[in-house]
Amino acid sequence: MARQIRIALRNCGVIDPERIEDYISRDGYMALATVLTELSPEAVIEILKKSGLRGRGGGGFPAGLKWEITRKVQADQKYVVCNADEGDPGAFMDRSILEGDPHAVLEAMTINGYCTGASKGLIYIRAEYPLAVERLKTAMKQSREMGLLGNNILQTGFNFDIDIRYGAGAFVCGEETALIHSMEGLRGEPTVKPPFPSVEGYLKKPTNVNNVETFANVPVIINKGWEWFASIGTEKSKGTKVFALAGKINNVGLVEVPMGTTLREVIYEIGGGIQGGKEFKAAQTGGPSGGCLTKKHLDTPIDYDNLIAAGSMMGSGGLIVMDEDDCMVAIAKFYLGFTVEESCGKCSPCRIGNKRLFELLEKITQGNGTMEDIDKLRNLSTVIKDTSLCGLGQSSPNPVLSTIENFIGEYHEHVKDKKCRSKVCKSMMQYLVVPEKCIGCTLCARNCPVNAISGERKQVHLIDQEKCIKCGACMEKCKFNAIIIN
Amino acid sequence: MAILESIKSLTELREKLKAKQAALSQKDNPQSTIQVKVTMATCGIASGSRPVYDFMKEELSKRNIPALVSQVGCMGFCYAEPTIEVTMPGKSPVIFGFVNTKKADEIIERFIRKGEVIDGVIPMNYETA
Repeated sequence: MARQIRIALRNCGVIDPERIEDYISRDGYMALATVLTELSPEAVIEILKKSGLRGRGGGGFPAGLKWEITRKVQADQKYVVCNADEGDPGAFMDRSILEGDPHAVLEAMTINGYCTGASKGLIYIRAEYPLAVERLKTAMKQSREMGLLGNNILQTGFNFDIDIRYGAGAFVCGEETALIHSMEGLRGEPTVKPPFPSVEGYLKKPTNVNNVETFANVPVIINKGWEWFASIGTEKSKGTKVFALAGKINNVGLVEVPMGTTLREVIYEIGGGIQGGKEFKAAQTGGPSGGCLTKKHLDTPIDYDNLIAAGSMMGSGGLIVMDEDDCMVAIAKFYLGFTVEESCGKCSPCRIGNKRLFELLEKITQGNGTMEDIDKLRNLSTVIKDTSLCGLGQSSPNPVLSTIENFIGEYHEHVKDKKCRSKVCKSMMQYLVVPEKCIGCTLCARNCPVNAISGERKQVHLIDQEKCIKCGACMEKCKFNAIIIN
Repeated sequence: MAILESIKSLTELREKLKAKQAALSQKDNPQSTIQVKVTMATCGIASGSRPVYDFMKEELSKRNIPALVSQVGCMGFCYAEPTIEVTMPGKSPVIFGFVNTKKADEIIERFIRKGEVIDGVIPMNYETA
């Protein structure tokens, strides 16, 4: 049985998030106290670097290195930012941490402030997370009252305070430069890096941006030591990762597993397998920026580098499981639809390119695609990846490329045979009455919203393919299984 | 809460709280009590954990069963929300899924009062740091 080890989620579901006493009883704020009284900023950064903690927001940049870069820049004011703009469809690990263990994030941000030389922290959180905001505010009030946040923390002379900034829930604002612009009151659009936020960020000051889950790991690393943390995981990816299991899986939920756990263990042992005992087809990791993993990847250890080698990415940890009933072309179209909606429109490869990708996919799912279209998809995807301004456009074609790579057969079927084997792409399907089974009860005809079914009582009915909108109402109503999809 | 003035006062507070927490679960400790944790993250509340929380709080006191009912964050069992965790003194915690007020009533009467084994238990499949 595969094991879950909960580090980032250590207190979620264990403590009352609105009681600071509960957090303290589980060693809360001990890491901060140790850091402030016994360790130099350099020593703390060294611990983080040795622990091998990498950014959990998706990119996987070494956290210790980021802290060090921010520390080394000279400035009169620096900022610590917590990126809580969780935007991947089907991902909710950051929300869970903020709602279940808000103090962990506050504590880690304060430690970061001590290390980087910042006295001000900002949490950028989407306004759609009202409960998380509420609990963060409660937590901040409590820690201020106890002298664990604000001026002269634990009477050590160190000052650090945290404020909340609200996002309106734009996907691109998870990208750090766009996030910073949004906090400044500007449009949430990315700018070219460098300069990286660590050098020039919020209000042009050095800004250390880390994700919620990254922060949540920090206090444990200080308390238990980098050796302990580095002993979990794989060679280049240390610690654990939280995944939000969603889709056609029995145990939908949050899991936290050591890096290097295989997809098979996550899906079949922890996730309880595929719903209805159906066959596993693919799992999308990294949301709209990621790619799909297939049966051949089931036994690949999941870590940052293996996922990239497999044409996907870690992303924030959404893991959407698909079974034989899912059409991979339609899935690629779904994600592209999301990207088209969420593209900020600043650079043309992303704004126009993704729209064209979406249109090509639409053409294929409607049964009008050609083999040239598949080549066009490939070429255009590569161009978008190479020329887009920020991470959104640089990764948005991934679902297209990885479905073409892994499921080229399905694309060919859609194009050549005008068939969708999963019976998802409706334009290519026909609802037909099986004459031997139809008893002429008229139920289907009465339920057809567009009057496409004709036939006398006790006579075999007929569906007019011109009128049919393929809603499936007839098939659902028929008590004799006399309607089939061709 | 008073201002913590040093690492020492934080450590002392922690030890005090830890001891209090440990006493809650010890079988023969006079301080021990039944602990009920209800998941009250957005997901839990959306699937109906608030009425369960209120029910547990009110009914346990009405039925004269001393217990500590508290809200906690997400336990990760989204598929089985609302979930609650019940810890009897001296025993391991037991997590129940798909709890509504009817199930909560059964948990109080059969599991808590009589110690019977009842349906709806979710196997605990993780360890925490």
